Amino acid sequence: MPASLVEGDSLLAVDIGGANTRAVLFDIVEGTYRFIASGSAPSTAEAPFKDVSKGVRSALENLQAVTGRSLLGADQRLITPAQADGSGVDAFVCTLSAGPALKTVIVGLLSDVSLESARRLAETTYTRVAESIGLNDHRKPDEQIDTLLRLRPDVVIITGGTDGGASRSIRKMLEPVGLSGYLLAPERRPSVLFAGNQKLDDEVRELLGGVSSSLHFSPNVRPSLDTEDLEPAARELTSLYLGVRKRQLKGVDTLEAWAAGHVLPTAYAEGRMMRFLGQVYGGARGGILGIDIGASAAVIAAGFRERNSLGVYPHFGLGENLPALLQYTTLENILRWSPLDISTSVLRDYIFQKSLYPSSIPATKEDQAVAQAVTREALYLAMQTARRDFPRSARVPKPGLLPFFEPIIAGGGALGDAPTPGQGLLLLLDAVQPVGVTTIILDRNNLLPLLGAAAARNSILPVHVLESGAFQSLGTVVSVVGDASYGSLIVRARLVYENGTEARADVKYGSMEILPLPVGQSARLTLQPQRGADVGFGPGRGGTTTVSGGAMGVVVDGRGRPLILPDDPVRRRELIKRWLWTVGS
Amino acid sequence: MALAPVHHILPLTTIVRERVLPVKGRVLARLNQRVSPTDVVAEATWFREHVFLDASRILSLSPEAADKLIRCKVNDRLAAGAVIASGRGLMPKIVKTPVEGRVVAAGGGQILIESGESRMELRAGISGNVINIIPDRGVVIQTAGALVQGVWGNGRVDTGVMINLAEKPDAALTANRMDVSMRGSVIVAGQVRDAETLQAAAELPVRGLILASMYPSLLTTARSVRYPIVLTDGFGMMPMNSAAYKLITTNVKREATLNAEAFDRYSGVRPEVIIPLPISSEPVPPVDEETFAAGQTVRLRRPPAVGMIGTIASLRSGLTTFPSGMRAAAADVKLENGEQVLVPLVNLEVVG
Repeated sequence: MPASLVEGDSLLAVDIGGANTRAVLFDIVEGTYRFIASGSAPSTAEAPFKDVSKGVRSALENLQAVTGRSLLGADQRLITPAQADGSGVDAFVCTLSAGPALKTVIVGLLSDVSLESARRLAETTYTRVAESIGLNDHRKPDEQIDTLLRLRPDVVIITGGTDGGASRSIRKMLEPVGLSGYLLAPERRPSVLFAGNQKLDDEVRELLGGVSSSLHFSPNVRPSLDTEDLEPAARELTSLYLGVRKRQLKGVDTLEAWAAGHVLPTAYAEGRMMRFLGQVYGGARGGILGIDIGASAAVIAAGFRERNSLGVYPHFGLGENLPALLQYTTLENILRWSPLDISTSVLRDYIFQKSLYPSSIPATKEDQAVAQAVTREALYLAMQTARRDFPRSARVPKPGLLPFFEPIIAGGGALGDAPTPGQGLLLLLDAVQPVGVTTIILDRNNLLPLLGAAAARNSILPVHVLESGAFQSLGTVVSVVGDASYGSLIVRARLVYENGTEARADVKYGSMEILPLPVGQSARLTLQPQRGADVGFGPGRGGTTTVSGGAMGVVVDGRGRPLILPDDPVRRRELIKRWLWTVGS
Repeated sequence: MALAPVHHILPLTTIVRERVLPVKGRVLARLNQRVSPTDVVAEATWFREHVFLDASRILSLSPEAADKLIRCKVNDRLAAGAVIASGRGLMPKIVKTPVEGRVVAAGGGQILIESGESRMELRAGISGNVINIIPDRGVVIQTAGALVQGVWGNGRVDTGVMINLAEKPDAALTANRMDVSMRGSVIVAGQVRDAETLQAAAELPVRGLILASMYPSLLTTARSVRYPIVLTDGFGMMPMNSAAYKLITTNVKREATLNAEAFDRYSGVRPEVIIPLPISSEPVPPVDEETFAAGQTVRLRRPPAVGMIGTIASLRSGLTTFPSGMRAAAADVKLENGEQVLVPLVNLEVVG
C-alpha cells in the first residue's frame, strides 16, 4: 500500500486480562504499520491495588524499557499525541476482560426461542447466567422477586415478542424485574438491557427506568420468530458491560479518557476482528475460527458465510473460576490428556490452588503437564459448547464433528505462552479437533482483540499488521476424518515444493506425520485417503490443494475424528508422548 | 519495578477492620467504644420473603378500578388474613393477605407485602476500639496484635483460646486427637484429610480451626460447620508455612479471633487470624503494596517448593526460561533450608 494512504499515527493498545495486562505499540515502519513491541505486567484489578490503571502503567514501563520510547509523563499520564522528541503516541485503545463474570438473569418468553436468544446474547460477553425467567416458569411472581433479590444480579437481559407481536406476556415478565429493582438499594440495582418487542420500549422505560442502575435498549434479537439478529444487542451489551465495570473497577474511567472512549470488552473486539477476517478469507474452504483461552474465559469466535458466532465462557477460564470446570467434566477426563502419570488428588489440588493464584505459571515439567491437560479439557468443552450455536448450514464431514474452518487463529495466555510451537499446535489439535485442511495461526502476542479495538480508530492499521507477519503461522494441518485399526494406512500425502522437489508421507491411523514447509513458502499438497477417510474432499476422495508453510510445516493428523484416546492409561500416555515427540516437544 | 502481592504474617501490627451490615440497619456501638468480639455493634431487620397480590386480576377489574378498592397503603402493617380489597355486589370477591407483613408497594391494582421478619445482629468479630461509625451500616474497629492472613475461609467468625495440635507444620488432625478439654478452643493443626474430623470438631464444639491445608473434597462439609476454619496455605497436603507456624505456635494459649471470611480478590477481604496483644505504642500498620526487591521475605505459590518461605537473593534481568519451557521474569530465592531456587516473580508473594 502506498505510504500516502497511511494515516501515520502511532497507536498504543492495551489489553487488561484477568491475570496479565499487555501493552502493544504499533507504528509506521517503511510506509506500513507494524507491531513494534509489547510489554506486560500482572493485572491490578484485584486488591490490594484495586485499580486497573496501575497494571497498565506497569506494562507501559516495561514497554518503555523495551523500546526506549517514553510513553508516560512525569505525572504518570499517557503522553499523547506523539511529541517531536519521539515520546508519546497519537492514539490509544484498550480492551478489558478483567473482573468477575457479570451475574446475569435472562428474561424471555419461550425457552427455546427468546430465552435461547437471550442466553446466546449473554454469552457474547463476560457473564454468568445465574437464573432465567420465562413463560414456562411455574414459580409465582413473588418467588421470582425473592429469587432476584437473593441473587442481586449485575445484569438483567430481557427479550421476547417479535416486533409488533406479543406484549401482554412480556409486561408480566417485567413485573418481578421492576419490583425487585424497586426493593433493592439504588447502588445494588442491576443494569437492564431490553432487546425484545420494540413496541414496548416506552413502557419498559417507564417501568424500569427508575429501578435499574442503567437501562439500555437495542433492536429486537428476534424481530420475527425465525430470525435472530444478536449483533446490535451484543453491541449495546458491550456498553452496558463497560458501565458495570466502571462502577466495579477503579481506573477504567481513566483509560476510557485516554482512549477517547475506545474501550471494548476483549471478546467483543476479537469478534469484530473475526468478522473482518471472515470477509477477507470467508467461504473459500469453510468458516474461520478464533480461539482465545486465558484466566478470565475461553472465547470462541467463528465466522461463517451466513452469520458469525461469539461465545464467551467464563466457566472455562483458567483463573479464579477453574474449580467450576469440575461441574462440566471429571478429573479422569482431564487426566486423559496428560503424558505423565498424575494422580487425581494432585490434579484436584492443582485446580483449587490455581484458582487462588490465577496469575501464577507452571515452572516445573510436571506442573506444566497438569496445566496443559486442564487447558486441553477446558478448550475442548468450550468448543463443544460453541458448536451448538454454529449455523446448521455449516458444512461438516460427519454429524457431531466441527465444520470445516480455514484458518484457525488461536491466542490467549495459555496458548500464546506454550513453550514450543509444537506443544501449542498439539494442544490445539487435541482440544479443537479441526477437520480437513486448515491453516493454524498462533497469535502469540494476543494482537487480534487489540487490532479489533484499533480498527475503530485506524482502519488501515489492522490490515497492515495482519500482512506484516506479526502472527506466527504454525503451518497447515490435515485432519483425517475416518475410522481404522491403529497402524493401518489412512492417507498418503505428497507435497510438491515450488522448486519441483517433493516429500511424501504414508500416514497410519493413530499417528501424525510432518512434511517440512518453511514459513513464507507454499506448496501443492496431494492427498489420497484410504478406507473411506475424508480429508475435506469427501469420503474416500483425494485431491490436490495449495498449502502454506509455517513453524511446523504440513502436519498430517491421522488420529481420526473425533479423537478417541485409548482407555489403557499406560498405552495412552505412551501415545501422547509419541505425538509430542512427533511435533518436536 | 514489578508490583508484588503482599501476604501479611505480622507479629505485631495495627489492624483496622470494617464491620458492616449487608442491609441498612441501626448502629449500636458508639465512637471510641471498646468492644469485644461477641459484642453486637449493629443490627438490622430484614424480610425473608415477599407476597405479590394481583387484586386487579382477582377482582376481575381494571387496575384503576382495583386501586380504588384497595384499603392498604405503603408501610401499613397487616395481620395474616387481613382484607386488602373487596369487590362489590351481593357476593363480592375478597383479597386477603395470606401472611403477616408490611406493604412495600401498592399500585396498578397490585400489592407487594414483605413478610417473615428476621433480626440480624452484627458482632464486632475482634476486640478493639470503634474508631469510626458508618451511618446505618456499621463500624470501623482498630486493634493491635499479630495478624496471619489465610487463603481460604468458610465464612464464619469466632474467638477462642488457641490450642496447638500441630507438633509439626504438616501434622494431620484426626477426630481421636480431640477431647472434651478442647471444647470452646481454637485448634491449630497442619492438615485435615477427612470429614469425620470436621464433624468431630463441630460436636465438641470448637471455636475454630486454623489449618495449613485441607483436601478440596472437604469443602462442602467445611462450609456447613458452624465454627470458623481458616486455611493458611491452600488445598491438598501442604504443610503450614514456617512464618505462620512460628507466629501461631508461639502465641498458643492466647485468645485469637478467626475471621474466616471468604477470600474476595477484588475487595481484598481475606480470611485471617488476629491475636490481640498488649501494646505501649501504636504499632506500624501493614503495608499492602510492594515492589519486588532483593532481601524480601517471600512465599512460593507454585512448585517447586510450593508454600515454602525464602528470601529473594537476586532479581534476574529480562526473561528467564524455566524447566517447563515457560519464559518469565524471575528471582533467585534462598529457602530456609539453604537451597536456592529460581522462581517466576508471578509465583511469589512478599511476606510482611
